[in-house]
Amino acid sequence: MSISRRKFLGWVGAAGLSTTIGKPAAAATNQEFAGYPDSFAILHDTTLCVGCRSCEAACNKVNDLPQPDQPFTDLSVLETPRRTTTKAFTVVNKHDSLKKPGHPVFYKKQCNHCLEPACASACFVRAFSKTKTGAVVYDASVCVGCRYCMIACPFEIPTYEYDQALTPRIRKCTMCHPRVIEGQLPGCVEACPMEALSFGKREDMIKIARERFRKYPDRYVDHIYGEHEMGGTSWLYVSGTPFKELGMREDLGTTPAPELTAGALSSVPIIVGLWPVLLAGIYAVSKRKEKIAQTEQEQAAASALDADRSEPSQPEEES
Amino acid sequence: MAQVTTGERKSIFSLFNFIALIVLGVGVYLTYLRFTGGLASVTNLSDYNPWGIWISFDLLCGVALAAGGYVTSSAVYLFGMKQYHSAVRPAILTGFLGYALVFLAINYDVGRPWRLPYPLVVQQGTTSVLFEVGLCVATYLTVLFIEFSPAAMEWLGLKRARNIPIYFFVTSIVAGLSMVIFESTLSHRFFAYKMDETHLKEASGVTLGFGKAASYVLAGYFAIKVLGISAENHWHYLKTGYGTWYLVELLGFVALPSLLYAFGVRTKSLTLIKFTSVLAILGVILNRFNISLVAFNWQLPAGERYFPHWMEIGISVFIVMIGLLLYRFIATRMPILYEHPDYKDAH
Amino acid sequence: MDPIFYTLQDFMTHTESVTYLLVIATLIGMTVFWWFLTGKDKD
Repeated sequence: MSISRRKFLGWVGAAGLSTTIGKPAAAATNQEFAGYPDSFAILHDTTLCVGCRSCEAACNKVNDLPQPDQPFTDLSVLETPRRTTTKAFTVVNKHDSLKKPGHPVFYKKQCNHCLEPACASACFVRAFSKTKTGAVVYDASVCVGCRYCMIACPFEIPTYEYDQALTPRIRKCTMCHPRVIEGQLPGCVEACPMEALSFGKREDMIKIARERFRKYPDRYVDHIYGEHEMGGTSWLYVSGTPFKELGMREDLGTTPAPELTAGALSSVPIIVGLWPVLLAGIYAVSKRKEKIAQTEQEQAAASALDADRSEPSQPEEES
Repeated sequence: MAQVTTGERKSIFSLFNFIALIVLGVGVYLTYLRFTGGLASVTNLSDYNPWGIWISFDLLCGVALAAGGYVTSSAVYLFGMKQYHSAVRPAILTGFLGYALVFLAINYDVGRPWRLPYPLVVQQGTTSVLFEVGLCVATYLTVLFIEFSPAAMEWLGLKRARNIPIYFFVTSIVAGLSMVIFESTLSHRFFAYKMDETHLKEASGVTLGFGKAASYVLAGYFAIKVLGISAENHWHYLKTGYGTWYLVELLGFVALPSLLYAFGVRTKSLTLIKFTSVLAILGVILNRFNISLVAFNWQLPAGERYFPHWMEIGISVFIVMIGLLLYRFIATRMPILYEHPDYKDAH
Repeated sequence: MDPIFYTLQDFMTHTESVTYLLVIATLIGMTVFWWFLTGKDKD
């Protein structure tokens, strides 16, 4: 049985919905959700990144994370691909360029701060929220620790404190929300010596990226990763090699995460409305059948009795 | 319900009791580890694999196998199939215990179990699919508890809270029907002395009827699966390794049980039907494992793939054992397999 | 007055919350209505 209960609910709901409403929740309002106006974004130009790990060190410092086993000056860790952990909210990975062998490309990985975060959409206690600065922040004070956000995140960013017995938290990049509201730059952006990271209004970052494409068309792939991926993110990337070669997913589409679950969720009203009617109907029919059977039995008994009275000499017929 | 406890039954139980004792002992120790050392000390979960067998096996299996409760009660109360009446209470008890144990397993899995009511009372994440599932499970558990409560009430000598309308009945019908047959087989093996005449008389009818239903539902499921491959033109996947596995599942654990059930019903062979119910349940479990262990992380590099730690399996076994013991405790004390003499014909 | 939503996520949280409240009301309402509907029936 690979049909999950939810999927089944989805089918039932979808069958009803497509004929009645026929539009996902977002479309029904004629509203466009463009995100918070003037929210911030960070542009990561991988063609400028030299893989010095300064951003990793700065991130470690501003977030009060434990010291790693190997110091940040040790660049040999770049040889093996890494992911975000509870002790490192950002990691830089090295990728060999197919176009120019011997010139590796570096890509800094951290939470992309989606405009419509999948983690927020998945969380059943609303522990995640998209703030008006652009950061997606996490509130440990309500978190149950179900780790559904980790399942939901298409970038596999959130990490979990598996070694904490009773107070495990989800850990991830905060886009330095506390610093940004105080007017400071995010730690990694401030530390980058190559200006591979730029911080500013999201629209401006997109303009800067396009400007670079126009000025140096040979240097870039004509695509801003994060402009539309998963409905858009607050981290934007430009690159000289296809993003797929940097281990970034290009199969995500542009549909924001909340819209993906809208179908399953909209089946709830239909079920709640129709099922009582359906169940009560079946119940009533079977009750009615029972009643008819009972009446027939009584009638049969009564007619047998009548026959008995009118013709007492006849032998009794049992039904 | 005379106490005809034979020597044979006693010896089976004492061996069972011995195993139960070991499982419980290990389980308590693992529980201690989990709540002092965190998930890392008993599981192989990682940032790449946030969910393991506690979710895939306990939750998916538990919920599917516990479905017998609503299948049976809807057959009897909703569709008026009175001939299955004696199967309702055992089925509801199994369903209730199944869900209760799923809930217990979740307490191990989530980081801060005492916050589980938070989604309901503190902050509602209404866009979450998990919120919807949680609401459904909570509602269903309540309904099952209310449906089960008459037995407990009668046991305690209380008369209220009886005769409740039935709401929820959704998927996993095969699992539900097969589970009822399987569970009734076990009950007959071990608790026959607790059964009243009605129960014993109706039992073979229940098995035949449910076998028939399970056979047809399986046939329908088989059709859905094949049509699904066709609709998405996935025929070429069948040639791959996972495809072979898929075929094993589809032919060996869907088509085969469907046919065996059918033969069993036609020849009125209770043995064959009971055997098939085990096969069908194994099929459901296999399917859950396939989805969670094979399908879920096939894109990860081999080194990052998840396989459960023995202690994870240990806790799952511990939880199943608690269920068995609870079932035994309740079935030998409360009016589950027989009707309470004071409340006969009150249903 | 309608609140202003900047993200689809916030908008859906709002609409779904209202829907869930109505769902609870509907479940209770349908039950009560069934009693009202069949209250005069003789068994």
